[in-house]
Amino acid sequence: MVIENTFGKIKRVDEAMAYIKDKTILMFGGFGGVGTSPLLIDEIIKKDVKELTLIGNDSGFPKVGIGRVICNGQAKKMITTHIGSNPVAGELMTEGKMEIEFSPQGTLAERIRAGGTGLGGVLINVGLGTIIEEGKEIIQVDDKPYLLEKPLRAEVGIVYAKVADTFGNLIYDKTARNFNPLVAKASDVTIVHAEEIVPLGELNPEEIITPGVYVDIIVTGKGGEWKWVWEQEN
Amino acid sequence: MGLGTRELMAKRAAEEISNGNIVNLGIGIPTLVSDFIRSDIHVFLHSENGFLGIGPKPATSKEDKNLINAGGFPCTTVKGASYFDSAESFAIIRSGKLDITILGALEVDEKGNLANWIVPGKRVPGMGGGMDLAEKAKKVVVVTTHTNKNGSPKIKKICSLPLTAQTCVGLIITELAVIEVTEEGLILKEIFGGTTVDEVISRTEASLIVSKNLRVINYE
Repeated sequence: MVIENTFGKIKRVDEAMAYIKDKTILMFGGFGGVGTSPLLIDEIIKKDVKELTLIGNDSGFPKVGIGRVICNGQAKKMITTHIGSNPVAGELMTEGKMEIEFSPQGTLAERIRAGGTGLGGVLINVGLGTIIEEGKEIIQVDDKPYLLEKPLRAEVGIVYAKVADTFGNLIYDKTARNFNPLVAKASDVTIVHAEEIVPLGELNPEEIITPGVYVDIIVTGKGGEWKWVWEQEN
Repeated sequence: MGLGTRELMAKRAAEEISNGNIVNLGIGIPTLVSDFIRSDIHVFLHSENGFLGIGPKPATSKEDKNLINAGGFPCTTVKGASYFDSAESFAIIRSGKLDITILGALEVDEKGNLANWIVPGKRVPGMGGGMDLAEKAKKVVVVTTHTNKNGSPKIKKICSLPLTAQTCVGLIITELAVIEVTEEGLILKEIFGGTTVDEVISRTEASLIVSKNLRVINYE
């Protein structure tokens, strides 16, 4: 099957990686590493870019997902919901080598969604009366208090999809969807690692989750596959 | 063969789940609750990472790397399950569609305040989806050991650790007792066979009001 690169979005991995540099603000899809691109994580480690700001659900596991980048000492800051599955992330935070900003998970999702949908923020009443409200503006709407949670955007977003067509229309696989559709929208440059690229017209428009308008670069290929925690135990 | 302590707590927690409920189970003992949900009722288990309808653990070598629960472990789906992104997942929680969440605790207090995400300077894993769940589920059930490793009570007059959410807890289930949070205070409603009201009171920092209809739980 000949795939025409009609929109010029299909690129080599090294062309995509040119956008990820020292100090890049990088948003990633994935939850416990599921839905994080093994190929792009591997390339980020090979390129050894430093002082990244990472935005994503969690810090993965030491040998899985974004956790590999963190353990390689490449991040100076992370905005996330959970680092408990990666002890190295906790150590780096305690030693002052990586700054961590925690957001409740639904709040992080909405902040990224706001960043991706052109909103100036969201009003959420999760975290009121906790340390999460520190430094945030409280806004009353119809006599109910809400935290003003500011939008999040990134310079580069890495997204892992099951199938992309040449325009970048995407479908995902089961729970590998998670933050990926949000990241695709909230990044200045959205790089998709698709397991498979198909010609235009192959995807059913009713089933497309992310419209290709949000996608800038599509790569595919193998590499960097990790052993999952349940496989490591065996 | 008798059930272990963790299983007894999980079994009691499962009694809180009714037909048609949308349920989220936290990590640890709460995850065990799914083994004790009555087989004659239909519920959907919600997973923060983006699906509704968690099924049983898959057989070894049948794991799907793209199908995990919020604890990061492989799972399956039940008929009628659906996948969605993380914003949708928490829209379900915030909009009040979640009937019940069962969570662990570091501390819980007389007002139903919950602390379960951080021990400053010691253990800082982050809250994950815990704040959203505790704040927004219609009913919050806490399943926890009655005391911590040092024997100190986890059911306090006032939580000393940073809170996950204020006045959110409805029911506390420990290996000793079941305690309801009410505006009048904490009601000791049930004790497990093998303990006594006096033991429960002595191992609880918060004041307890003993129910007139105290149930003693003796599972077969």
